[in-house]
Amino acid sequence: MSLITNRLKAFSGVLIALLSLTISAFAGHGEGETFDPGKTITSHIGDAHDWHLWGHTSIPLPVIVFSKERGLDVFMSSHFHHGEMAHRGYMIKDNSIVAVNELEDIPAEEATINEELTAQLWDISITKNVASLLISVFLICWIFISVARAYTRNPNSPPRGLQSLIEPIILFVRDDVIKTSIGPKYEKYLPYLMTAFFFIWFNNLLGLVPVFPGGANLTGNIAVTLVLALLTFLVTTFSANKNYWHHIFAMPGVPAWVLVLLTPIEILGVFLRPFVLMIRLFANVTAGHIIILSFFSLIFIFGDGGKNMAAGYGVGIVSLVFTVFMSCLELLVAFLQAYVFTLLSSIYIGAAVEEHHGHDAAHSY
Amino acid sequence: MELVKPDFGLIFWMLLSFGILVFLLTKFAWKPILKALKEREHSIEDSLRSAEKARNEMANLKADNEKLLAEARNERDKILKEAREAKDNIINEARGKATEEADRLIKIARETIHNEKMAAITDLKNQVATLSIEIAEKVIRQQLSTDEKQKALVGEMLKDVKLN
Repeated sequence: MSLITNRLKAFSGVLIALLSLTISAFAGHGEGETFDPGKTITSHIGDAHDWHLWGHTSIPLPVIVFSKERGLDVFMSSHFHHGEMAHRGYMIKDNSIVAVNELEDIPAEEATINEELTAQLWDISITKNVASLLISVFLICWIFISVARAYTRNPNSPPRGLQSLIEPIILFVRDDVIKTSIGPKYEKYLPYLMTAFFFIWFNNLLGLVPVFPGGANLTGNIAVTLVLALLTFLVTTFSANKNYWHHIFAMPGVPAWVLVLLTPIEILGVFLRPFVLMIRLFANVTAGHIIILSFFSLIFIFGDGGKNMAAGYGVGIVSLVFTVFMSCLELLVAFLQAYVFTLLSSIYIGAAVEEHHGHDAAHSY
Repeated sequence: MELVKPDFGLIFWMLLSFGILVFLLTKFAWKPILKALKEREHSIEDSLRSAEKARNEMANLKADNEKLLAEARNERDKILKEAREAKDNIINEARGKATEEADRLIKIARETIHNEKMAAITDLKNQVATLSIEIAEKVIRQQLSTDEKQKALVGEMLKDVKLN
């Protein structure tokens, strides 16, 4: 009995300590002004030119902009002083880089925006999401190449360590997701689908980690899901055989007058499927982040910017419980969305390479 | 609305780094991993199959052995039977031959005995004849030792002869 009570005491102690940390972290944001949950959440799930750690501490990231007129410009985002300054003719407005007429460092309020130049500006800065992307790519490469080395070093031996953690997932994705959906020609598509699965899964998980290497909402960013969906679309389209196009433009066994209706729907479907892939991943991951952040925001709404600490702590405990619950759910969702993306991509590719099409084949999206 | 507007920079970096990731993982991770997995699956499959084969072979071998043993036993029985028959045959034959030989010998002996007997008889007859002749000679010589006796005999003989 006493052991359990001791455990509970220790647990609640940790909870309160964590709570105080978060409150101070969020309070640093507020800086006296009224707490705006919408703005906080949007800034957390959106992209930024620096990586916010806590309070006023953030990691500056490189800004890379290119325009025909000014050429390539590379400098650290710290020169912007969190958007308060213009630097080398650029400044941050609404989280994106705009060109200004003044080339010297001046306060952002005094700068005048050069609309014409801004329109033709190529911004390939290493933003928070790009940094997170590079970190995750490095991490995934490191993990999988070291696992691969374990395979080549000890062939035909039972998996060990990280290998034994990864192997069942690789086997699951290969056998139950890709092989069953694509059929006998699956091996050609394994590298892309496997990479997509683990990329989405790792980044979903990294997104759930609240501190530095994690915390970016990469897989909940529409640009990232757009690229993934585009790749699935390209792979599907370029591996599609005659049978697939035949089914899209003239579904066999369907009367001509139905085809008039069906063909436009099928053609639309070709584009709709990757589009929905893009939206699904983006929406699910972003929604998860929004819910967790909303629970935390509740603490500060009730705490009223530090004026009502009791209510803040009271709601905080409830919020924390909900957040822990939601985080567990998000762990599941992280896997599930990676699974769903890979499964649907496999099904689309499978439909594109299938030789003989069953007429009851699902046109699911 | 900023949320649903794809950012060019991120698309650029995503295409680049995801492309590199696919390339690197394909070359250095998926190929060796999937190859190793496949090889392991094959080796497990092969091992199972060869175990099954060995088990079947073992069973076959056992059956073969039993068959062989049964055959050997039959063969032994057959050989034994044949040997027994051969023995009997040889004995019978030998016995028959022996009897025959004995008969033949007896027959030869009997013939020899007969011949000897006949020879002996012939010899005896000759000797008796010789003896008889000698005796007769002696008797005659005795009877004709004198002239009177010769004359008596001639007279006698002449007496028997009738002059026709």
